[in-house]
Amino acid sequence: MDFAIADLAPAAAEIFLLTMACAILVVDLFLSERNRFWTYALTQATLILSAVILIGGASDNIAYAFTGMFVADPLADVLKSMACLSVAVVLAYSREYLVPRGLNRGEFFVLSLLATLGMMVMISANHFLSLYLGLELLSLSLYALVALARDSARAVEAAMKYFVLGALASGLLLYGMSMIYGATGSLEITEVAARIMDGEALPTILLFGLVFVVAGIGFKLGAVPFHMWVPDVYHGAPTAVTLLIGTAPKLAAFAFVMRMLVEALGMDSLLVEWRQMLMILAVASLALGNVVAIAQTNLKRMLAYSTISHMGFLLLGVLSGTIDGYSAAMFYIVIYVLMGLGTFGMILLLSREGFEAEELEDFRGLNQRSPWYAFVMLLLMFSMAGIPPTMGFWAKLFVLQAVVSIGHVWLAVVAVIFSLIGAFYYLRVVRLMYFESPVDSAPIAPRADVRILMSANGLAVIVFGLVPGLLLAVCERAIYLSL
Amino acid sequence: MPALPVLSIVIWLPILAGVAVLFSGPARNASAARWIALAGAVLGFLVALPLWFGFDRGATEMQFVEFVPWIESFRINYHLGIDGISLLLILLNCFTTVLVVIAGWQSVKVRVSQYMAALLILSGMMNGVFSAMDAALFYVFFEATLIPMFIVIGVWGGPNRVYAAMKFFLYTLLGSLLTLVAFIYLYNAAGGSFAIADYYQLRMPLAVQILLFIAFFAAFAVKVPMWPVHTWLPDAHVEAPTGGSVVLAAIMLKLGAYGFIRFSLPILPDASHLLAPVVVGLSLIAVVYIGLVALVQADMKKLIAYSSIAHMGFVTLGIFVFNARGMEGAIIQMVSHGFISGAMFLCVGVLYDRMHSRMIGDYGGVVNTMPIFASLFMLFAMANAGLPGTSGFVGEFLVILGAMERNFWYAATAATTLIFGAAYTLWMYKRVVFGAVANDKVAGLKDIGAPEMIVLGLAAAAVLFMGVYPLPFTEVLNVSVEQLLGHAVQSKL
Repeated sequence: MDFAIADLAPAAAEIFLLTMACAILVVDLFLSERNRFWTYALTQATLILSAVILIGGASDNIAYAFTGMFVADPLADVLKSMACLSVAVVLAYSREYLVPRGLNRGEFFVLSLLATLGMMVMISANHFLSLYLGLELLSLSLYALVALARDSARAVEAAMKYFVLGALASGLLLYGMSMIYGATGSLEITEVAARIMDGEALPTILLFGLVFVVAGIGFKLGAVPFHMWVPDVYHGAPTAVTLLIGTAPKLAAFAFVMRMLVEALGMDSLLVEWRQMLMILAVASLALGNVVAIAQTNLKRMLAYSTISHMGFLLLGVLSGTIDGYSAAMFYIVIYVLMGLGTFGMILLLSREGFEAEELEDFRGLNQRSPWYAFVMLLLMFSMAGIPPTMGFWAKLFVLQAVVSIGHVWLAVVAVIFSLIGAFYYLRVVRLMYFESPVDSAPIAPRADVRILMSANGLAVIVFGLVPGLLLAVCERAIYLSL
Repeated sequence: MPALPVLSIVIWLPILAGVAVLFSGPARNASAARWIALAGAVLGFLVALPLWFGFDRGATEMQFVEFVPWIESFRINYHLGIDGISLLLILLNCFTTVLVVIAGWQSVKVRVSQYMAALLILSGMMNGVFSAMDAALFYVFFEATLIPMFIVIGVWGGPNRVYAAMKFFLYTLLGSLLTLVAFIYLYNAAGGSFAIADYYQLRMPLAVQILLFIAFFAAFAVKVPMWPVHTWLPDAHVEAPTGGSVVLAAIMLKLGAYGFIRFSLPILPDASHLLAPVVVGLSLIAVVYIGLVALVQADMKKLIAYSSIAHMGFVTLGIFVFNARGMEGAIIQMVSHGFISGAMFLCVGVLYDRMHSRMIGDYGGVVNTMPIFASLFMLFAMANAGLPGTSGFVGEFLVILGAMERNFWYAATAATTLIFGAAYTLWMYKRVVFGAVANDKVAGLKDIGAPEMIVLGLAAAAVLFMGVYPLPFTEVLNVSVEQLLGHAVQSKL
């Protein structure tokens, strides 16, 4: 087989990112503490350029590379560029948090880049091995990032938990993949799908494999009953890392679900099977996430449980098994990432040297300290709760529509009842910010770039709430062209 | 077809004015915020006037229609239009907004710009609810109104405001979420359409109709509020600042009744007929039982809140007797209750600003120190009791006539309100206003000044005009009510 450089074109962004990550690793060695800014700047430039390469190279066609292990389709283009951009926002929000805590080291930036690379490989995987490779690259970088605050017992414990449970999940996933390989004789996603379609696969083994794969997916998404790591990791990790874990990797996890369940195992006979499994995961996540979040006094833990419930909503969209449902789920995850960036970013913004603003109480009276940031947080909270005219409402509406369209009205009713319970704890944040008086009077004066980004983030909540059509069209197009 | 998108202006002008007020600066610059808010409210009312003058009273279809595709893949459209029912409620809303802005002029002292902005934005959103012809658009406005009201109660409210605000929000959210599911179901049943007019053509089996009716009922009954889901209202009213109470009583409660008229009856006529006795029963309980509850209240605001529930019982009764008199009566009652209860809350606000008490026991002999106020308050109290010549009489009388056509006992039970209403309102009035001066604080009261006089005077004029000459109002309604009843009496099984 002849090899030509042009064959690698679909993976141009990944290659660029990897090269830059290596370069930054080396450059950082020669930078003194004062010049650490350049590591940051180079990292940001890399992420943004990767996104530019992705957006510039986006096409309506599906291209394969590395003998079918890697695919570049519109779904991948959209998700990967979103991932790069959101990691860039994460780093911008984190910078001021990192410096006083001794975390402003080259490792942080390089690991973030490698995690991003992992996400991109995962999103573009067309083969179980590349999928697994991307997943492990992402996970290992994140384990290390959580443990980066090595003096903090909480962070180290969280990293340990994350690692052990993550390794278990990877094991389950590999086991499931091996069974599917046994049943179909292939690891390539398109090939697996084709063999199952032809009826060449052994149904029993396939089903066993499916169960393990769903368990692995549940783990990575943090869906009940595989959610145990989520609150501890969100709580224990330095907030900047929580922000990273809570946002961009969700895009990769969504792609993971799409590639594994929909593209490889999405034919009707199997759809019925995993729909039931996802239904249980979704309802359990909605219930547990929303109910347990009420009992939390720590905002990071509360948001962790809120994430669990949001993943339940995401699964509702996926389990509908329709193009509309997948688009709704994709729209949901994109919206979720935007909201997650804002909320965790707000915790970073209120934190300062020697002080973590991670308790709910720390938001007390924010409206009197800074009306604008209180308003941004208000929008974010109402969006998380799914109240119009914020974008969170549309995300929920489209998912519910997908569920009702396949005749499961009861699921929609369950989902809205748990949303109501969820509204309670989001409202509690608004209550603290607006109805109470502040106990803390430290000025809130973020840098200009954070100020602009955070304001844009808050306005996005309302702008996408008023004109959701554009973003929805992007998601629909990506799904439609890629499946 | 007018060239200007009048309805859009009516909706967005107050909202933009609200945003402008918000950015007019923090507490330092309270007077700028007040003046911008007043300008916004008055302009908002003026731009709504063309609706009244340009409205074709004989036309059967929706008027001032605007149609812009919004979310194309779900066929959600920015589709506006009004009939006579919406017209009256929009005008009521714009009018009330002017009153509450003036009423909050001096009584609100902290974070003035946020208060005024919340009220203006709320006003624009409610205009949106009344003019939406697309279910998704309706829902967005309907639910978005919760946010500013939540803030208004929670920030400027009384001592127990946090509890009241949370209860208000969660209670009403529960109902509206079920309605959302119902809308999504209808969307699928109608082959992918959120247009309310399409839902009017749908045929659905009785079991489905009943389930949908219950889902709608959950939202609208809580909003009205009907007994037994009314418990959030007294809390919300007592804790809310005066402006919040006025908007809540005058407009927000009407969203529920409007929902019944626009959705439940015409879309689900068979379920509505089947379940009408239940709804009528609940309405009558509201009229009689809540009337009695109002009698024993020691807190003026609570008393008026309960009286609101009783009066709204009349509205739901009028809607569910399925005849033109009842329906017109219900709508007239909605508008008139908007003026009267709004004015009653303003009166209590006037007293509260001076005495910082809402307890009836703390007052007595107010007439000696505040004669002008006492006479205006008297007018509203009489109207609340349903005295002929005031707007309160017209609506109640029409509803009783409508009920009589349906069933004598409905009418007879409803008519007891004329006794109870008079009893609780006038007894309260007597204890507060008449008698000897109760204490030094009352002795030191100053009569109302110019802003309060303007506010109460405007409300009084409206109450009297509607009571003496209701024809312009019923004229607007005739055709629209006929249209709706046409949908509501034909079976859609």
